[in-house]
Amino acid sequence: MDVYLPIANLSVNGLVIVALGALTGILSGLFGVGGGFLTTPLLIFYGIPPTVAAASAATQVTGASVSGVLAHNRRGGVDYRMGGVLVVGGIVGALIGAALFSFFQSIGQIDVVINILYVFMLGSIGALMMREALAALNIRQSKGLKRAAKRRHHPLVAALPYRWRFYRSGLYISPLAPLILGTGVGILTMLMGVGGGFMLVPAMLYILGMSGKVVVGTSLFNILFVTMASTMTHALTTKAVDLVLAALLLVGSVLGAQFGTRIALKLKPDWLRLALATIVLLVALRMLFGLSIQPDEVYSVINL
Amino acid sequence: MTLAAPWRFAFALACLFALCGQSNGSPDPVLVPEVSQKEVQVRQGFTGTELLLFGAVIDPSGREKDFDVIVVLKGPTQSIRLREKRQIGGIWMNAESTAFRSAPSYFAVASSRPIDQIVDEKTAAIFEFGTEFIQLSPAGSIDPEEQARFRAGLVDLRERQGLYRTIEDGVQVREGVLYQARIGLPSNVQTGQYTAETFAVRDGRVLASAVAEVSVRKVGFERFVEVFADREPLFYGLVAIALSLFMGWLAGRLFNRS
Repeated sequence: MDVYLPIANLSVNGLVIVALGALTGILSGLFGVGGGFLTTPLLIFYGIPPTVAAASAATQVTGASVSGVLAHNRRGGVDYRMGGVLVVGGIVGALIGAALFSFFQSIGQIDVVINILYVFMLGSIGALMMREALAALNIRQSKGLKRAAKRRHHPLVAALPYRWRFYRSGLYISPLAPLILGTGVGILTMLMGVGGGFMLVPAMLYILGMSGKVVVGTSLFNILFVTMASTMTHALTTKAVDLVLAALLLVGSVLGAQFGTRIALKLKPDWLRLALATIVLLVALRMLFGLSIQPDEVYSVINL
Repeated sequence: MTLAAPWRFAFALACLFALCGQSNGSPDPVLVPEVSQKEVQVRQGFTGTELLLFGAVIDPSGREKDFDVIVVLKGPTQSIRLREKRQIGGIWMNAESTAFRSAPSYFAVASSRPIDQIVDEKTAAIFEFGTEFIQLSPAGSIDPEEQARFRAGLVDLRERQGLYRTIEDGVQVREGVLYQARIGLPSNVQTGQYTAETFAVRDGRVLASAVAEVSVRKVGFERFVEVFADREPLFYGLVAIALSLFMGWLAGRLFNRS
């Protein structure tokens, strides 16, 4: 099925794009990550210009997360107070990120900055998650004991002033902690062209110490707003949002997200974490490998 | 109709010259080119197209007939910056770059025989008969060796994207009078005005040339999306967001009911 993309200026196989969207959607429903960290590189690999890929992936992630947020909301899995603070931070971060983006673009190093960020972020987060998941599985399988609920937040978080109660998250911490976290993720979101869920979910668990039940829903809630801001920024500045491409990705991903949410309910959280850790580490390794070997295209063209 | 008057005049003048030329028995042949499509419409399902360029070479003297024909099809030119990656500290990153002020977005040369058998290198360079002779107008002064490297890099990149092509034996000449060339346009072509320049060559000399124009443009929904994105970016962004929210919501509703 050939579909012509009016902004990307080329024709693609529509079914491949829908399948790609579905894959992202399943990940999104399963893990609460937007899946942009997979869509964007895969679209570029398929031949879509990088800016169009990043901009349209942001639009798609909005759609995937709205159905995810709705699904999690019905189960009380969204902490709106925490989400609101994160979104405020995220939008501030997105603005800072946009400035950094155009700076690195002007000196021609945006590609390498993005790649190094991917390797570093995915590598460290993947390793952390892998260790935790393996440890948790080990305890359960060898001793048959239930792991003690030993959630705790980072000591630095406890040191911040003005504490708020976040009932659904089961926390009594300073709102500055999620605000700073949201800003940091917002910067990376804009630079890396992703929703940032894969960074936010571990940070919420290990730095803020949020209740596991609301992590995925709240992360999706944040992604929803940050990607909406990101789509708007792209529409106004790069004009690279391809509606046809986004619509194809959306068809796949909204269906995939529902499917993913259902699987997530049936699987043990530790196995889920192990699976996500594996995917994240594989993408990181692939990108590290890509940085060290000669790229397919040594030359790249920018229209002036 | 006042606008048309100068054109009618020009046409009459051209006819007059043509007639004079014939009656004087001038040795210069005349090339009459035609294109299968004056307009290529890029719409849904566009996967590229093939242009058929054909015509006749009329030698009024009728002495010799073994012409070679070369067709050069060029897309709209762009001002570009070309960046080159280098391995620095184990990582491949952009290092040097150069700017070209007139890089054609599409360039194809089709000829009845390999170019080097038709004309010498100097003539080929003058008429841009070949991807290595494209006039790129490099901006700024960099040394010739580096320039050659960047030029080769650009040509190689675009050849693999199907945007720069050399089609040897791409032109068929029949009876020494009629010619036809088929040149493919991939789906990733830039829209705009394309010029097809046809040359009749004999004994290494270009005897006649003529230009035909083809416009490549988006139509219908594709055109609408492009214009909408460009002129109303705010609304376009809102539509994109609304679309994604609606589809996400719809999927949630449908799945919950079933």
